[in-house]
Amino acid sequence: MNKKLLSGPYLMWMIGFIIIPLALIVLYGVTDRSGSFTLANIISITTEEHAKALWLSLLLSFVSTALCLILAYPLAMILRSRGIGQGSFIVFIFILPMWMNFLLRTLAWQTLLERNGVINGVLSTLRLPSLNLINTPGAIILGMVYNFLPFMVLPIYNVLMKIDDNVVNAARDLGANSFQVLIRILLPLSIPGVVSGITMVFVPALTTFVISNLLGGSKILLIGNVIEQEFTKGSNWNLGSGLSLVLMVFILISMALIAKYDKNGEGTAF
Amino acid sequence: MTNRKIGFIKRIIQDFYLVIILVFLYAPIATMGVLSFNSSKSRTQWGGFTMNWYTDLFSSSTIMTALYNTLLIAFLSSLIAVIIGTAAAVAINSMDRVPRSILMGITNIPMLNADIVTGISLMLAFIAFGISLGFQTILIAHITFNIPYVILSVMPKLKQTDKSTYEAAMDLGATSVSAFFNVVFPDILPGVLSGFLLAFTMSLDDFIITHFTRGAGINTLSTLIYSEVRRGIKPSMYALSTIIFIAVLVLLLITNFAPKRKK
Repeated sequence: MNKKLLSGPYLMWMIGFIIIPLALIVLYGVTDRSGSFTLANIISITTEEHAKALWLSLLLSFVSTALCLILAYPLAMILRSRGIGQGSFIVFIFILPMWMNFLLRTLAWQTLLERNGVINGVLSTLRLPSLNLINTPGAIILGMVYNFLPFMVLPIYNVLMKIDDNVVNAARDLGANSFQVLIRILLPLSIPGVVSGITMVFVPALTTFVISNLLGGSKILLIGNVIEQEFTKGSNWNLGSGLSLVLMVFILISMALIAKYDKNGEGTAF
Repeated sequence: MTNRKIGFIKRIIQDFYLVIILVFLYAPIATMGVLSFNSSKSRTQWGGFTMNWYTDLFSSSTIMTALYNTLLIAFLSSLIAVIIGTAAAVAINSMDRVPRSILMGITNIPMLNADIVTGISLMLAFIAFGISLGFQTILIAHITFNIPYVILSVMPKLKQTDKSTYEAAMDLGATSVSAFFNVVFPDILPGVLSGFLLAFTMSLDDFIITHFTRGAGINTLSTLIYSEVRRGIKPSMYALSTIIFIAVLVLLLITNFAPKRKK
């Protein structure tokens, strides 16, 4: 029996439920309700409302990706220095919260951030002025960092764990200090993990509509909210598909980045 | 300062950082645990200790149906994804470079694509194929995004296996099927299991793709929670999440700290 035949069901599945659906989005995106060709759906990204939503999404997802990277890299370094014994346990620590529903976890942040919520309660017992936390872009960024941090930590951790200790020791023997080891050895060798972490945080952050809905109130619209509303409330599927095509440009850029910097798939999260 | 002192301070700073991150990760979960015992329905006021939400939970048929749907979809979708994905991984592993990278490229699409785009595209496809939205469409959607996780878990194990053991089994008269199940499969079993667990977790936690591919009249826990957001979440939901969380935590602690069997 030819082993390659085993990929038959998989290929059929992926063509039926990945390739054809994506082709349908493209088809809907470049046609109007009557089915004739138009670019109006895609061009509508330049209208003020949509451009503002896209710009805000880009800004918030960029900030949260940067924050995730800043938080995750030292964390991954510490986990590396603690040795392999705790390794799988650490991964569990990051996967475990996923067993508690994503929506509930984000809603719990509402409780913590609210005007008379837990954080402001602590502040007032310390006789500090209360903060306006909920329904701000800051709250959305916090929600993004909270939800997507594991997707930054795990790929970086996996890449760092693969670096041979002897490489680091060799650098030290040759007179490098800790900072030089980080800049000249660890950072360059961990690029595949960093790139894959960046895309795994940036793409979901850019396209989310749930986090902005729960933590941003109804006033802050991200591009994900606009698209979701076109499909659920507005029922202009052509417009929603057109805007999704614009989003896919950013997704394609991240795929290209992964292909360039992570050729061997070293930087996978799991 | 001596080196030893610097090392000590460094370790303290590292521990402090780890604790901060852990607090950040688990603060919302602890919040929900506390709220599940709060006799006031308000999310911000403590009204005294109660176990009522836990007893309410088991008599709420909406929550129990949604839980049943969620678990059934997670189990079936991971199981089917494991079968299709493992077969695909074996096939891809035996391919030449070019077809292999094409197939791995397709595998990466649902992982790198935005959930909202995957969800919408599947919804459009189901409507175009004439499949009515409901349990079956959620199941198909979950299988679709679960297969890549299985392939990515199984592939590294397959690469580690020695090709000659499979060939030796064939030389000794085994059929290719029995050679696979007796020789190759035990080697890749850890990858298959972790693929299953990962797929199960992802299916359990998914909201966005389910949101677009479910029809009216069927709810998973995620979509039920989302529909309750405006009216206010029933604290029984916190009770359920707390039970699930504690159960998984205990399970993981047992598997992690159980004395390792000798090889």
